[in-house]
Amino acid sequence: MIAEQVVATVTDPELPMVTLAELGIVREVREHGDGVTVTITPTYSGCPAMESIRADIAGALRTAGFGRVEVRTVLAPAWTTDWISETGRRKLAEAGIAPPGAAPRREAGPVPLTLMPRPSTVRCPRCGSGQTEALAAFGATACRELRRCLACREPFEHMKEI
Amino acid sequence: MAFDDAYGALTDHDDDARWAYGTGFTDPLAGVPAGFPEGVDRAGLAAYCLMLGDDALIMSHRLQQWVTRAPELEDEMALANIGLDLLGQARLLLARAGEAEGAGRDEDDLAYRRDPHEFRNVRLAERADADFAHLIARLLVLTTWRLALFDRLAGSRDPMLAAIAAKGVKELTYHRDYAARWTVRLGDGTALSHERMTAAVAEVLPPAAELFQPHQIELSLAAAGVAVDPATLRAEFDTVLAEVLTTATIDVAPGFSATAVGSPAATPGSPAATAGSPAAAAGSPETAASGRDGEHTEALGGILAEMQGLARAVPGGAW
Repeated sequence: MIAEQVVATVTDPELPMVTLAELGIVREVREHGDGVTVTITPTYSGCPAMESIRADIAGALRTAGFGRVEVRTVLAPAWTTDWISETGRRKLAEAGIAPPGAAPRREAGPVPLTLMPRPSTVRCPRCGSGQTEALAAFGATACRELRRCLACREPFEHMKEI
Repeated sequence: MAFDDAYGALTDHDDDARWAYGTGFTDPLAGVPAGFPEGVDRAGLAAYCLMLGDDALIMSHRLQQWVTRAPELEDEMALANIGLDLLGQARLLLARAGEAEGAGRDEDDLAYRRDPHEFRNVRLAERADADFAHLIARLLVLTTWRLALFDRLAGSRDPMLAAIAAKGVKELTYHRDYAARWTVRLGDGTALSHERMTAAVAEVLPPAAELFQPHQIELSLAAAGVAVDPATLRAEFDTVLAEVLTTATIDVAPGFSATAVGSPAATPGSPAATAGSPAAAAGSPETAASGRDGEHTEALGGILAEMQGLARAVPGGAW
């Protein structure tokens, strides 16, 4: 198996239903003469899973027989939820987590203040209704918020656009 | 990974990752191409990274102290997440400071083995919160200022600072929104919440003058295109604060502005220095010295005693 295929099987430690590649965390897998170099990027500055992600990728490659494995980190360009693939979004939705919409576009000038929650188009991952409301801006991790479906009344998580 | 034993699961890796404080973690800049732009004073860059890193580290610790004390579980999650983002920014900046310094100190050395006078955070970051309104007022001021700063720093000639800042902007945007929304909710809430939020803002604004006093290192690095002169952040800070406070129906003082905040006109005892005026404490000793020079309030000692206690008692300890 080539290195890229091995790395493509490694799942996210916090969201085990999706792979690191589907989340856009894996930026590059490069095979060279005597080993593999994998480049990853953190989702958030304080992401506590980075150590574990590095270890999981290196472990998978070693198990597959790759000798010298190097996992590099890049900080720029900063990760955005726009990098989550279509497959990744489908898997998130199937697991009950509403996938993110398009990341907010930045206009020129100072970062705008948002005093009121923006009107949302988040659909309930269970019944598909577009009538949902935010319950809490932060969920189990910084990347998720808690919402509630007004049609089926079920609470669910939504991965926030960033 | 088995989750029967939570502690076992945390350490269930085939490498040497350890979930103790500090020492088990990999350098957050591991594998990030390191380099320094030409003509940049490395010692100055190290000092500057320490300033911005310490701001985040100390404020993160204050936020963590609110865990189990927040008014609602949802807010506990929010404060913990904001604290975690800031801790991440602190780790990157302290690691960069160590690299630029070139004396072999890593993020742990800088976080756990420095004394209070060696910390370079602004004093507002270490200030204890009398109540939730004070925390929100402080968070509003610090995140508004830091977001304006990082937005400009994203254009730094130091590629590492630029990358850390660009990433931080995304996080600080929702940190500021969180603080701003709570300011409005409390300010435009009940009579009691309005009174307490107004009092908190009036107490937090005067010491905020320190945020805009440029340090010599900031000025020389700003001239080199690496840092941001904090004095240039005032206009944006004023605009944002005015929008939030107006919406929150908080009237701190007629003609409030950051210029008035730092105004030396309000000396203690003068008519302008009566309670409730944002300029009341402008001339107080708290703003006379700067945390950027290592001049701190007593509060920092308490924070460090808590934060560094274990690391100092058991150097290199892990479990």
